[in-house]
Amino acid sequence: MEHAASHHKHHHDDHHDQESLKTLGFWIFLVTDCILFGTLFATYVVLRTNTAGGPVGKEIFDVAGFVAETFILLTSSFTSGLAVLAMHKGKIKELITWLIVTALLGLAFIGLEINEFYHMVMEGATISTSAFLSAFFTLVGTHGLHVSFGLIWMIAIMIQLGRHGINPVTSRKVYNICLYWHFLDVVWIFLFTVVYLMGVM
Amino acid sequence: MRKPRLLRCIQLIIMAAFAIIVLAGCENQFLVLEPRGPVAETQYQLIVVSAILCAIVVIPVIILTVFVVYRYRDRPGNKAPYKPEWAHNTLLEVVWWGIPVVIIALLGFYTVKATFALPKPPAPTAIKVQVTSLDWKWLFIYPEQKIATVNYAPIPAGVPVQFEVTSDAPMNSFWVPQLGGQVYTMPGMAMRLWLQADQPGEYFGQGANFTGKGFAHMQFKVVAKSQAEFDKWANQIKKTAPELTMDGYRNLAKPGLADVMSFSSYPEGLFEYIVNKNGGPNHKHHSNNHGTGHETEKHDMSGMHKHH
Amino acid sequence: MWEKIKDFASTFFVTGDPLIYGADVAIVLTTFAIIFVLTYYKKWGWLWREWLTTVDHKKIGIMYLIASLLMLFRGGVDALLMRLQLALPEMHFLHSEHYNAIFTTHGTIMILFMAMPMMFALFNIVVPLQIGARDVAYPFLNALSFWLFFFGALLFNISFVIGGSPDSGWLAYPPLSELSHSPGVGQNFYIWGIQISGIGSLATGINFLVTILKMRAPGMKLMDMPMFTWSVLATCILIIFAFPILTVTLGLLFVDRFFGGHFFTMDGGGNPMMYVNLIWMWGHPEVYIVILPAFGIFSEIVSTFSRKKIFGYKSMVFAMMIISVLAFFTWVHHFFTMGAGADVNAFFAVTTMAIAIPTGVKVFNWLFTMFRGRIQLKQPMLWTLAFIPCFAVGGATGVMLAVAPADYQYHNSYFLIAHFHQVLIGGVVFGYLAGIYYWWPKMFGFKLDERLGKWGFWLWNIGFYVCFMPQYALGFMGMTRRVYTYGWDLGWAPLNFTSTVGAFLMGAGFVFQIWQIAYSIKHGERDRTGDPWNGRTLEWSIPSPAPHYNFAVIPQVKGPDAWWEMKKEMQQDGTKKKPVQLKPIHMPKNSGIPFIMSVFWFIAGFGFTFSWVWMAVFGLIGVGICLLARSFQYDTDYYIPVKEIERTEKALGRAV
Ligand code: HEM
Ligand SMILES: [Cu+2]
Repeated sequence: MEHAASHHKHHHDDHHDQESLKTLGFWIFLVTDCILFGTLFATYVVLRTNTAGGPVGKEIFDVAGFVAETFILLTSSFTSGLAVLAMHKGKIKELITWLIVTALLGLAFIGLEINEFYHMVMEGATISTSAFLSAFFTLVGTHGLHVSFGLIWMIAIMIQLGRHGINPVTSRKVYNICLYWHFLDVVWIFLFTVVYLMGVM
Repeated sequence: MRKPRLLRCIQLIIMAAFAIIVLAGCENQFLVLEPRGPVAETQYQLIVVSAILCAIVVIPVIILTVFVVYRYRDRPGNKAPYKPEWAHNTLLEVVWWGIPVVIIALLGFYTVKATFALPKPPAPTAIKVQVTSLDWKWLFIYPEQKIATVNYAPIPAGVPVQFEVTSDAPMNSFWVPQLGGQVYTMPGMAMRLWLQADQPGEYFGQGANFTGKGFAHMQFKVVAKSQAEFDKWANQIKKTAPELTMDGYRNLAKPGLADVMSFSSYPEGLFEYIVNKNGGPNHKHHSNNHGTGHETEKHDMSGMHKHH
Repeated sequence: MWEKIKDFASTFFVTGDPLIYGADVAIVLTTFAIIFVLTYYKKWGWLWREWLTTVDHKKIGIMYLIASLLMLFRGGVDALLMRLQLALPEMHFLHSEHYNAIFTTHGTIMILFMAMPMMFALFNIVVPLQIGARDVAYPFLNALSFWLFFFGALLFNISFVIGGSPDSGWLAYPPLSELSHSPGVGQNFYIWGIQISGIGSLATGINFLVTILKMRAPGMKLMDMPMFTWSVLATCILIIFAFPILTVTLGLLFVDRFFGGHFFTMDGGGNPMMYVNLIWMWGHPEVYIVILPAFGIFSEIVSTFSRKKIFGYKSMVFAMMIISVLAFFTWVHHFFTMGAGADVNAFFAVTTMAIAIPTGVKVFNWLFTMFRGRIQLKQPMLWTLAFIPCFAVGGATGVMLAVAPADYQYHNSYFLIAHFHQVLIGGVVFGYLAGIYYWWPKMFGFKLDERLGKWGFWLWNIGFYVCFMPQYALGFMGMTRRVYTYGWDLGWAPLNFTSTVGAFLMGAGFVFQIWQIAYSIKHGERDRTGDPWNGRTLEWSIPSPAPHYNFAVIPQVKGPDAWWEMKKEMQQDGTKKKPVQLKPIHMPKNSGIPFIMSVFWFIAGFGFTFSWVWMAVFGLIGVGICLLARSFQYDTDYYIPVKEIERTEKALGRAV
C-alpha cells in the first residue's frame, strides 16, 4: 500500500515537472519570437522612408481604425488575464467565459485589420507598391497571423477544458496561451508607436 | 606508433615542396604581394605585420603541440611526469590570456589607424573616373575628359585617382589588386575609392563579387600612362571613337559579354542617372565609402541631353 | 494536351545534361530498390514503428548522422566537380550555369544540411547520456525537428532534378537572388528548403537548452557539466538568438519573390544592403554555432585520451561564453568593403580580432591538458591532434582577414576561401569526425577499425593541406572566388591543379571511412563494457548501445568527471555496488505526427516553390491539422514496469 502511494506521488511529480518544463520552453520560444519581431521592426525602420513615389504613412493610416484596434487588443489582453485568475480559483465556467470574450475581441481585431488592409489595397497601396509598404504589410501582417494562430489555439484549448476540466495539463495550456496573448499585445504596442503613431506624425 | 610519425614527415616534405612551387612561380604573379601604388602598399604592409604577429602565436603553438605529444605519449617506460589531477595554474592561465590580448591590442592599433587613414588621399585627387559594373562588363566614364571606355581604364600614373563606383546590375566589386583593395559596386550608390599607380604599366583588374553567368569574364585592365600620354590618348579617343548614346548604353547594359570599347562622348549625367534610377535617393546617407566621400550630385533626368 | 504535358515536363524536370539524367536514373533505381527490399523483407512496419515514429533521442541522433553523411557525400561530389572544372584553365567540363549551381548547393548543403545535422546527431546521442537524463526535454519536438530538417533537405536536394538548382551563392545576395535576376524556381527551393529545416534547428536549440538547464542528474551543478554539454549550451543560446533572424531574412526574400515586395529589389525603394546585413547577423553566429560543439568534443577527447582532468575548466567555460556573446558583434567583417565608414569598420575589426583571444586560450588549455598526461593516439585523439595546428593557422588567417584595410585585398578571393575551409574542415569536420569515432561504440556497440581509419585520417589530412594551402597563394595572385574558369595567362594553373589533387585525396579519405564503417560492422571490436576508452563522463557508465531508457537508475553526481570519480570510488569500496531499488520509468510514446506534419511542410514548400497556391495552402492546412491533433492528444506517455527493466538490464549483462 505504501509502495502504491509513493508510486502514485511519483507519477504526479513527473507530470508536474513536465508541465513546468513546457512552460519554460514556451518562454524561450517567446524570446525567439521577440527576435523575429525585432528583426522585422528593424527592417521597417530602415525602409520606412523608401516610398518610391507611393503613398506615405500619413496618407493611408486611418487613425480611428488603428486606435480601435489598439483598444480592442488591450482589452482582450486584460480579459485573458481575468481568465487565468478564474482558473487559479478553479472556476471553470468563468474561465471559459473569459476565454470566449478574449477570442471574440481577438476576432474583432483581426476583422478590423483585414478591413484596414482591404481599404489600403483598394486605394492602390499594396505590398508591391514600395519598400515602405512591403515592410508595413509584412510587419503588421506577421502580427495579425500570430493573433489568428492564437485564436485557433485558444478555441482548441477551450474545447479541451470542456472535456478534461482544469488539470495540470490544461492549466499549463491556458497559462501559455495567455502568455502568448500578452506578448502579442506588447508587440502591438510597439507597432502602434513605431508604425502608426510615428507614421501619422 | 612508428607509422604516424613517418607520415607526419611525409606531410612536412609535401608542404616544403609546396613552398618551393609557390616561391618558384613567383614572377610578377602574386599581385597582392607586389603593390604598385600607395594604397596597395599600405595594405601589403598590414598583411605582413598581421602575418608576423599571428605567427608569434601560431608557430609556438605548433611546436608545443609536437613537443607535448612526443613527450607525453603513453608508451611503456615513459619517464615524463604524469599528474592526472593537475588542472589549474593561475599564472599560466594569466599568461595565455595575456599574450593574445597584447598581440590583438597591437594589431588592433595598427588596424584602426590604417582604417581611418587610408580613405584620405595624400594629395587632392587629380582625376575622377566613374565606374559602373554591368552584366558582365565594366563601363568607365571620364567626366573631366567627357569620354568613356569599356573593360579598360587608362589613368595617369603618379597621381591619386578618384574612382566612383556603382552598379547597374547585381552588386559586384571593383578590384585592381596591385593598386589597392576592392570596394563593392552597388546599385543606387556611388562609392568612392582612391587608387594610385606609381609607375606606368598595365594592371590586372576584375569584378570580385559574383554576379551570375558571365561573372568570370569580368576582367579589365587599368593602364597607367604618363600624364602627357594620357592626355594624348584622351584626345585621340575624343577624335576617333564613336559616341555612346542613351540607346547605346541600354544595349550595353543588357546581359552579355563585351570587348574593349571606347566612346568619344556619353549622355551627360549618365552616371548620376544610373545611381538615381536604382534607388540612389534612398541610400544617400550611405554613399560615403571610406568616410570621406560626398554625396553624388543629383541630376534631373529631364535635363539629360547628349554631350557633344 | 500532349504538347502541354511535354511543355510542362520540360520545365518541371531538369533536362539536357548527362549528369542529371544519371542522377534521375540513380534516384529512380535507389527508390525502387529501397521499396523492394522493404516489401520483400516485410520491413515497412518495422521502419514505421522503430524509426519514422520514434521519439528516442538516440535513434533520432542516428538518423541525423546517416542523413548528414549522405549530405557530406553529395556536397563532396559537388566539390570534386568544381575542382575538376578548375584543375586547368579554360576547361569545358562544366558550363558557367552548372558551376554556379554547384557552388551554391555545395555551400548550402555543407553548412546547413551536413554540418548542422551532424552536430545535432552528436547533441542527440551524447547530451542526455552525459547529463544522466532519460531523454531530452521535449522528445516529440525533437522528432519534429529531425523530420523538418529531413524534408527541408529533401526539398533542397530535389532541385537537382526537378525545376533547377539555385545558383546565386550559398547566401543568395539580392538583387542577384531576386526574381529580376533569378527568375527560375531554384531560388525558391533554396528559400523553402532552408526555411523548413531552419524551424527544426530553432526548435532543437530550445529543446537542448531546456534539457541542459532542467534535466541534469541530481547533484550535477552547472560547473560540473562535461565540456561538451557546456558547448551545446553555448551553441543553443546562439541558435536561439540567431535563427529567428534567418527565418525573417528568408521570409522577406520570399515576400519579394512571391508577392512582388520591394525589400531588396533594385527598384521600388528596396535595399539589398539590408539583406547582406541581416543574413550575416545570422551567418556569423552560425559559423560559431557549428564550431563550438567541435570545441566541446575536443575537450572531452583530449581529457579522456590524456588520462587527465581538463586543464582550466573555468577558463574554458568562460572563453566559450565570451565567444558566444562576441559572435553577435562581428557580422560586418563579412562586408568591410560595402562602404560602412571607417568608424564602423574599425569597431568590427576590433571585435572580430577579440574573438581570437578566447579561441586561442582554449587551444592553450587543450595543450596543457595533454601536458603531464599520458597521451593515447587512438582515432579520436588523432583527429584532435590534427585539428590543433590546422585550426591555429585557420584562426590566424581569420585574424589577418579581420584587419579591415587588408581585407580589401583578401575579400572575395581564394584567400578567404582557404581561411574558412581551414576552420570549417580543420575545425568543424575534424571535430565532428573525432566525435563520431569517440562515441561510435556508444551508438552502435562496436569500435571502428583502426587501420582503415588511419588511411582515412592521413588522406584527409594530407589532402587538406594539398588542397587549401595553394588557395591562400591563389588569393594573393588575385584569383576571386566563384569564377568557373580562368585564362592561361594568369599563372593560376599550377596551384589550381595541385589544389584539385588535394581535393581528390580528401575524397579518397572519405571512401576509406565508408569502407571502414562497412568493414567494422562485421569485424569491428565489440564493446561489452560500455566504457571502451576508460571514459570520464556519465555516458560511459551505461551499456553500449544504451537501453532505450538510458539509465535504469538515475545516477547521483558529486562533481565534474562524474563517472571517473565513481570508478575511483568503486575501486576503493571494492567492486560491489550497493543494490538499488528500481522504479518504473516514465517514457514518452512514439508518435507519427512529426513525420506526417513534416510531409505536409514539404508539400507546402513545394507548392510555394512552384507558386502552386492550392498545393501550398493544402500543405499548410495539413500542418495545422497535425498541430491540432497533437494538442488534443493526452495519452502521450507510459511507464516501463520494473520487471521489464530488470529483464533488459540482465540481458545487457548488468546485475541490478
Ligand atoms: C579566430 C577566429 C576567426 C576570425 C578572426 C575570423 C575572421 C573572419 C573574417 C574577417 C571573415 C571575412 C572575410 C571576408 O569576407 O573578406 C571570415 C569569413 C569566414 N569565416 Fe572566419 N574567422 C574566425 C573563425 C572562423 C570559424 C571558427 C569559422 C567556422 C567554423 C569561420 C568561418 C568563416 C566563413 C564560413 C567565412 C566566409 C563565408 C563567406 O564569405 O561565404 N571563421 N572570417
Ligand atoms: Cu564571420
